[in-house]
Amino acid sequence: MAGMTPETGGGMFSASSNAAFKQQLNKVYAWYTGGFAVFVIVLAILEQMGLPRNWIGYIFLAATVLLYAGIGVMSRTNDAAEYYVAGRRVPAIYNGMATGADWMSAASFIGMAGTLYLTGYGGLAFIMGWTGGYCLVALFLAPYLRKFGQFTIPDFLGARYDGNLPRLIGILAAILCSFTYVVAQIYGVGLITTRLTGVAFELGIFLGLGGILVCSFLGGMRAVTWTQVAQYIILIVAYMIPVVWLSVKQTGVPVPQAIYGYQLQKVTEKEKALIDDPKEKEVIAIFKQRADDMGEKLKDVKAALEADKAAAAKKIEDLKAANAPAADITAAEKAQAGLPKDEEAAKKAWTAAKAANEARAKPLAGMPRHAAQFAGDPNGDQKAKDTFNTSRLNFLALVFCLMVGTAALPHILMRYYTTPSVKQARSSVTWSLFFIFLLYFTAPALAVLVKYEIFTVLVGTPFDKLPAWVGQWATVDPGLLSVADINKDGILQLGEMRIGGDIVVLATPEIGGLPYVISGMVAAGGLAAALSTADGLLLTIANALSHDLYYKMIDPNAPTSRRVMISKILLLVVALAAAYVAAQKPADILFLVSAAFSFAAAAFFPALSLGIFWKRANKWGAVIGMVGGLGITMYYMVTTQPWLRGIFGVTSPIELWYGILPISAGVFGVPLGFALIIVVSLLTPAPRREIQELVEHVRYPSRPGDVSTQVN
Amino acid sequence: MELTESHRQYWQKNLNITAVLMAVWFVVTFVVSFYARDLNFNFFGWPFSFWMASQGSLIIYVVIIWFYARYMNQLDQEHGVAEVEED
Repeated sequence: MAGMTPETGGGMFSASSNAAFKQQLNKVYAWYTGGFAVFVIVLAILEQMGLPRNWIGYIFLAATVLLYAGIGVMSRTNDAAEYYVAGRRVPAIYNGMATGADWMSAASFIGMAGTLYLTGYGGLAFIMGWTGGYCLVALFLAPYLRKFGQFTIPDFLGARYDGNLPRLIGILAAILCSFTYVVAQIYGVGLITTRLTGVAFELGIFLGLGGILVCSFLGGMRAVTWTQVAQYIILIVAYMIPVVWLSVKQTGVPVPQAIYGYQLQKVTEKEKALIDDPKEKEVIAIFKQRADDMGEKLKDVKAALEADKAAAAKKIEDLKAANAPAADITAAEKAQAGLPKDEEAAKKAWTAAKAANEARAKPLAGMPRHAAQFAGDPNGDQKAKDTFNTSRLNFLALVFCLMVGTAALPHILMRYYTTPSVKQARSSVTWSLFFIFLLYFTAPALAVLVKYEIFTVLVGTPFDKLPAWVGQWATVDPGLLSVADINKDGILQLGEMRIGGDIVVLATPEIGGLPYVISGMVAAGGLAAALSTADGLLLTIANALSHDLYYKMIDPNAPTSRRVMISKILLLVVALAAAYVAAQKPADILFLVSAAFSFAAAAFFPALSLGIFWKRANKWGAVIGMVGGLGITMYYMVTTQPWLRGIFGVTSPIELWYGILPISAGVFGVPLGFALIIVVSLLTPAPRREIQELVEHVRYPSRPGDVSTQVN
Repeated sequence: MELTESHRQYWQKNLNITAVLMAVWFVVTFVVSFYARDLNFNFFGWPFSFWMASQGSLIIYVVIIWFYARYMNQLDQEHGVAEVEED
């Protein structure tokens, strides 16, 4: 891998060395991809020869993590430009791949297809939001940031808005959104490591953490970039193979993206049949009955609890009197011990049980019809009309927040500092979106194909003939998959199965009947997705602290080597802190990830884009705009999101503005941020002449007499 | 550093193309999604708006960014603001 450690250390480059460097990269990664294919084939042969499953898991985990660590060791560096921006010589196409891996997290790889499976059209908000945001990156930010050419996003805020206050707000906001995001990634790493090898969750977290750290710790952005390219290749191959296989199996066509429209039609027809199916209705009626029973109990908790206790005691007595088998008596005693301890506990448990049963007492196991755009009905009664409008509004608001958030996440924007030129930064965004597009184009197909398989093959199977993977996943984690013969007819109804979104991608190889080695590869792909994103995020946080806070604000005379060293130490501290939080299994991880987008959107996008497109925007406008936008976003989330309400002890009734869900809180923050920057800037003096010239400077890739702002 | 007339034109053209492309982006993203229920006709098996949200809009996004990069790189040349060091 000589291509990853070119001899020169400085930022100067000549035309010939850039081209030669790219050719060398092509060669290295072609060999790498070939090597990976051989590795998988060898493992497949070993599996046929009887290699046990958990060994395949170990080998995949060890081989990939060692590979990433190896790249990290080979790319180690202490040079500032190498450490912070990979020496600014990453060719557009490779920066595109690295951005793709940086971008696609555990949520994209594992969670997305599952969300689409569960929510149908509604889930497409994520597909559109997480791709369309790159239009904003390309048109409003990437080329200009590259021309500015420093190390971090707070760097730009500090220079453009003339002072340390905007920089400091930038640092805080960058840490806020990156930290919430990185906790979710490390959680994902722990989950996959546990699945792959069967080690304890906490141990899994720290194993994965080792893989993240050895890479970013030694070589900073340089190591992270070349590792991310390697991780992208693994994750995209791992995502495609099972989907293509499933598509061939169902339709005979190996291009699932082109063909799944027809599968969607079949799913829609089957949905109609399932909604009218008397057996499904039977299951729903049973769940409804159970929910009603709980409601009955909740009316008088005290009496109901006493009755329950008395009944349990009586049952044990009766069993004993009838000389029943010991196992029955033990079971009855267990049931007695499992009763709620006091009224408080009983109320809580029964309310939860009522909600759980109500959720399952719905057609299609609570899933909306896959192709139905929005809930409700625009031509129905007033209630249906309102439902429709709110549902549609929330879809649009979510798309908006995800898009603007995409164009404001510091770990993504930072990547466009690493290309050799403005021109390459522009085409690099094209490559980024292209590589992301490959996966996002496929996820909805995967969701439909899996749904078809479950609706037509699995549903209606007798319980004793269910495929082996159902039982295996149910034992791994009943929260992810559980089946129970509710109406006792011996046949699986859709309503009798509960499926968690995170299982869909991981179980696809087994659903398609592929060998276990492919399951191992998919898990390794998920690991690559989580590790690569965690790498980029940790680097962003450590750089915000070491470069922006320490070097730019506390000790501007610090020598390069000390800055890089401090950054490395901070990286370790932040990683351990994130691992500690992730090990607590915080309640609502998916919400945290989406919240990061709203935070980033409200804090950064108005200040960054106006900073480039409106010379008149000044320091006080930016400060108040960023604080105001972020402030209202956080306020709305804290007052409306159940988990945050609990943490902050908010007890006032939930008041939604225009029915917008807390996940899309950025929809209020972004416009407010823009408005505040404009109004406050106009009320205060225009920025200095030098600042206005900086704005001119970033707008043109090169001008005669250009004074470079680039830091090498 | 004074701006020449050519520089001003360059920036104006940049603003124009940005506005046009953003308008396309807006229509594809928000207008189509707003009328999703009405755009329900069959499109190679998919309901049209489902296809737009899952594939059509993504293709258009890639094309928007690709076109912008190409257009701006040409504009750099025309107005003499292209960088010299290139591969």
